[in-house]
Amino acid sequence: MTTSIERRNALYGNDVACYERMVEIREFEKITNAFFAAGSIRGTTHLAVGQEALALGIASTLKPTDVLAGTYRSHAIALALGLTPHSVLGEIMGKATGCCGGVGGSMHMCDTSVGLLPTSAIIGGGMPIAAGAALAFQVQKSKNVGVALFGDGATNIGAFHESLNLAAIWKLPVIFICDNNIYGEYSRIDKTTPIEDLHNRAESYAMPHMAIDGMDIHAVRKGLAEAVECARSGNGPTFIEAKTYRFSGHSRADQALYRPDGELAMWQKRDPLLLTEQDLIARKLLTQEKIDLIKSTTEIELGALAKQVEKDPEPELSAMFSNIYTPKKVSK
Amino acid sequence: MTAMRVRQAIVAALADEMRADESVIIFGEDIAEAEGVFKTSEGILEEFGPLRVRDTPISEMGFTGAAVGAAMMGLKPVVEIMFIEFLGVALDQVVTEAAKTRYLSHGTLSVPMTIRASAGSGLGFGCQHSQTLEHWFASTPGLKVVMPSDAQSAYSLLRAAIQDPDPVVVLEPRILYAERGEVETGKIAEIGKASMRTTGSDITIVALGHMVNIAQDAIQSAGVSADLIDLQTIIPWDRETVLASVKKTGRLIVVEEAPLSGGWGSEIVATVSAQLFSSLKSAPFRITTPDVPVPFNGGLEARYAPTSDDVARQIKHALSQSGAPEPWWVVEGVPR
Repeated sequence: MTTSIERRNALYGNDVACYERMVEIREFEKITNAFFAAGSIRGTTHLAVGQEALALGIASTLKPTDVLAGTYRSHAIALALGLTPHSVLGEIMGKATGCCGGVGGSMHMCDTSVGLLPTSAIIGGGMPIAAGAALAFQVQKSKNVGVALFGDGATNIGAFHESLNLAAIWKLPVIFICDNNIYGEYSRIDKTTPIEDLHNRAESYAMPHMAIDGMDIHAVRKGLAEAVECARSGNGPTFIEAKTYRFSGHSRADQALYRPDGELAMWQKRDPLLLTEQDLIARKLLTQEKIDLIKSTTEIELGALAKQVEKDPEPELSAMFSNIYTPKKVSK
Repeated sequence: MTAMRVRQAIVAALADEMRADESVIIFGEDIAEAEGVFKTSEGILEEFGPLRVRDTPISEMGFTGAAVGAAMMGLKPVVEIMFIEFLGVALDQVVTEAAKTRYLSHGTLSVPMTIRASAGSGLGFGCQHSQTLEHWFASTPGLKVVMPSDAQSAYSLLRAAIQDPDPVVVLEPRILYAERGEVETGKIAEIGKASMRTTGSDITIVALGHMVNIAQDAIQSAGVSADLIDLQTIIPWDRETVLASVKKTGRLIVVEEAPLSGGWGSEIVATVSAQLFSSLKSAPFRITTPDVPVPFNGGLEARYAPTSDDVARQIKHALSQSGAPEPWWVVEGVPR
């Protein structure tokens, strides 16, 4: 059975593997959506369709020893970082086989073997934590970096500003990646935020900042590599604003009817899968036939997996009482 | 009387207060144009306009604090916190600012604000979106804390909260938003006054929010004659009603959807034990959740909050024995 770390290592220097993972995420979210629609998953879910390039750009640039604090919209980044579709879907379905043993649910992904810290369902919640992880790396004199991945909505919350300031004055090896998909929950950014170029907010914390095309994996890698180099060499934090688009609504309940006509269609022309396919065909790494085969194979494999996960065991009652405190050390 | 869902009763209370008093304004995340993620402000923007009905950025500290300031200056703001957990980032403004304003202004300023928040488990939202958290506020003098149990109390308590001259936290059990009930509009509750759901002679059961419904089912299935007190207000709680009832029945159970440790029911059990010690026929006790986060898995979450079966078991125990029963997780010997 493939482990998370094996799945992660497979991405490095392999653009085709990165593309295959993007297809996996896209198909995975289709299954998630269908399961929710059919009522076989409870609670809520937040899909990351359209944001696959950002996830893969991050996963193929960071090392597995770097850590990332994410949000409730984390299926894509979890799969990209290496978590298996089984452990992610298992968690979404509340199964014992899920990455959190089924007690977390769709919003709570975690796998420390590939550097994914528990994702937070509280907006801005992960930002100070990423800074704190970076503080540990600084104190421990390690070369690892901390990454906070958050949405545009989070840039209006106190934790955002406090984290940036702290990271800047302490020169922490942390990278703030804002996934600016233009919508904070049901509200378009122009209704909630007086600027559209959010990376400019880092200016007031004297922090290097950049905007990148979040739909293009190469642009993500290039920007992030620069920020990682800066952090690893002791030169402190960077703020990256990735311009993306959320192809689905905020959550299960949201049909996204508030979108201006044509906006989705315009962004779908810049679908990260499409851009990657064009790139890989141009570089003769893939053919259209091979792309079609990847898509159909992934669909079949994930479909089979979904059936298997549905039959996975539920957590034991004791899972409800586990992992609340660190077990006492037993003296020998 | 009009049949409506709990969420519609909330809309009706907001609208009635806004019609009656132009100093009432409301704001929160996606409450205006989107009419609230739980549809608890449907039609409010349309009727009252964007000056009084505002969407906010995701900035709970900012907008909750703005409500405190606006309230000091004479408005009656109602803020919506989508999930009570989101108030964590704004707790300073509620606990340390709003609750202290009257005290620190030597009685010259009041904060007539209302904080509405959805609360509670049962919908599979995971451990960061399923808590009740009333104990965050219950030990803060200066705040009042209420929780409805049905459509009528959702309407009547919210109107009372908005009219109240002090800051009131209204915790709405989100599992009840879609439930229907008969509502007498215009009926305004008295904060600090409990409501008797059923009356009886064998035992007094005090519950809050959705646990009132659970307790009522349990009383029916246990086939006992009970005073079921819907507490409605945690701070200040209705001592008079509770003490009078326990004096009559000699037995008390408190049912709480909150962890065993630190719950508001401890205050009630302690007060009853101290004041009515010689009238008690059995040990007063609490039925709570275990001291665990709310699990996501459906089977586990179904065991989290007290169930009517388990409450019925413990009611029967209280009527037959003098000592308190063990909670289910001890009875079942769940490995912990």
